[in-house]
Amino acid sequence: MSAVAEQGRAAGRRETVAGLPPAGIRFLSVMVGLVAWEAYGRALHSVIFTYPSAVVRAGYELIVSGELQFYLKSSVIVLSLGLVLAIVLGIPLGILMGRRAVIEHAVDPYVNALYATPLVAVIPVIVVWLGFQTKAKVVLVFLFCIFPILINTYQGVKNTDSRLVEVARSFCSKEWRLWRDLILPSSAPFILAGIRLAIGRGLIGMVVAEFYTTITGLGYMIVQYANTFRMDRLFVPVVVLMIMGVVLTGVLRHLERRIAPWLYVAREE
Amino acid sequence: MVAIKQVSKSFGASRTEALQACTLDVPAHEILCVIGPSGCGKTTLLRIVDGLIRADRGQVFVNQTEVTAPRPDVAMVFQHFGLLPWKTVYDNVAYGLRVQGRADADLADAVSRYIDLIGLRGFEKNYPYQLSGGMQQRVGLARALAVNPEVLLMDEPFGSLDAQTRELMQEELLRVWRSQPKTMLFVTHSIDEAVILGDRVALMTRRPGRVKEILEVGIARPRDPETVRRSTRYLELREHIWHQLKVEVVGGNGQ
Ligand SMILES: Nc1ncnc2c1ncn2[C@@H]1O[C@H](COP(=O)(O)OP(=O)(O)OP(=O)(O)O)[C@@H](O)[C@H]1O
Ligand SMILES: [Mg+2]
Repeated sequence: MSAVAEQGRAAGRRETVAGLPPAGIRFLSVMVGLVAWEAYGRALHSVIFTYPSAVVRAGYELIVSGELQFYLKSSVIVLSLGLVLAIVLGIPLGILMGRRAVIEHAVDPYVNALYATPLVAVIPVIVVWLGFQTKAKVVLVFLFCIFPILINTYQGVKNTDSRLVEVARSFCSKEWRLWRDLILPSSAPFILAGIRLAIGRGLIGMVVAEFYTTITGLGYMIVQYANTFRMDRLFVPVVVLMIMGVVLTGVLRHLERRIAPWLYVAREE
Repeated sequence: MVAIKQVSKSFGASRTEALQACTLDVPAHEILCVIGPSGCGKTTLLRIVDGLIRADRGQVFVNQTEVTAPRPDVAMVFQHFGLLPWKTVYDNVAYGLRVQGRADADLADAVSRYIDLIGLRGFEKNYPYQLSGGMQQRVGLARALAVNPEVLLMDEPFGSLDAQTRELMQEELLRVWRSQPKTMLFVTHSIDEAVILGDRVALMTRRPGRVKEILEVGIARPRDPETVRRSTRYLELREHIWHQLKVEVVGGNGQ
């Protein structure tokens, strides 16, 4: 949905549609959806259905009791540890793969095999090996996150203008300087896009891991309230996850545009 | 200073021959202008002299040592400019010096001197994409001059400049050359530029490039471009080079 909107903006379509600015249309659309949901939910009057105002009330209760913050904190810790680990290992490994043919061919089969594997399938293995605690979940989030970062970094490195690499060689640049002056800035847009994809996958990995281990976290909250048919409370962690996803990928998208202004020259007047 | 001996180079699976037994000698502090039809291997020759690619056959010597890899005493001005898009004008000009490990405080003077020289004072904080093609080209020139190399390889360094800026830059280049004499291999498409700047002019054949003829310019320095252009020697050289190039270009079109 927002990808389409992005494209529209990129193409310079800022004019109003049907007398409304695009932001107004989107706001109205969301309001209509929420009101319809509310009306339908109230009319249905069923225990296994809920509606927005009930979710808001449940959210308020969960915040006042401190339960939401408690589980959110545990989820955020797992997500950030796994993501940071994936970034710290994924970027250098991706650059090495892009710059050194030996490493490229040595690592490639593992990356391909693991990236193609539905990682949900290895959750039981990880749990058996590492238990139900934070460690297992961090490893899972890490596994979900590292491949888009690694692969995007590698592609960014391969995409570096070979003529600029030649300029660096002409000035007798050392390899590590080349990374700093050339490889990293040139692949930065790719890396950021990789991190954005990783966040999406990391959120999935985090929730699924919490479903499976059912000790703590937003995923655990969901399972717990689903089992007791507290649909209003169940939707609270779902909404929180949605907000996390939207905010994090939004921030990354914004950074992507900021970090490589030279890629958007043609769009400026 | 620069000795190119029987250098040949082919590219790709089809072994397209770009250079064929090309031989050239550039004594220290000489400006040798190279002129030849498009695609005759001039850029390829400079890349080999810079140590960026190896010749298939033949050797290149700089200062009596064989060139096998890029070296700090040789700098190149690239036909494609080769600026780093994420660095400002200042940082692009400083690039070569930073790579050589010079401290920021230490290189500021040199950098601002060459920014003045190329007439981009006030644009230090601009990025290449905010500059015109000609301005970008001058940044590439300043970057190479800033490392104060013994040998300068110039690949059509003024090709994107308007006539006036081009003449200004030629004068600036000659001024730098007088105060810090350098050995220059200067590739150009402009016969006028070759005669105004060069001690000698090397004419190349169409692909595969060979040296067809080397001409002594024989006009005393310091040269005033206006006076040179009115001299009989200038007109004579111009006429001769024009005819020789025409033979190559027309022949290259299969006639
Ligand atoms: N990397 C490469 N791979 C394959 N062919 C190449 C490569 N570089 C150059 N060539 C070929 O070698 C020949 C000489 O190219 P080169 O760039 O040296 O010409 P040039 O004299 O600099 O031309 P111009 O005046 O247009 O810049 C051309 O026919 C070109 O197609
Ligand atoms: Mg060329």
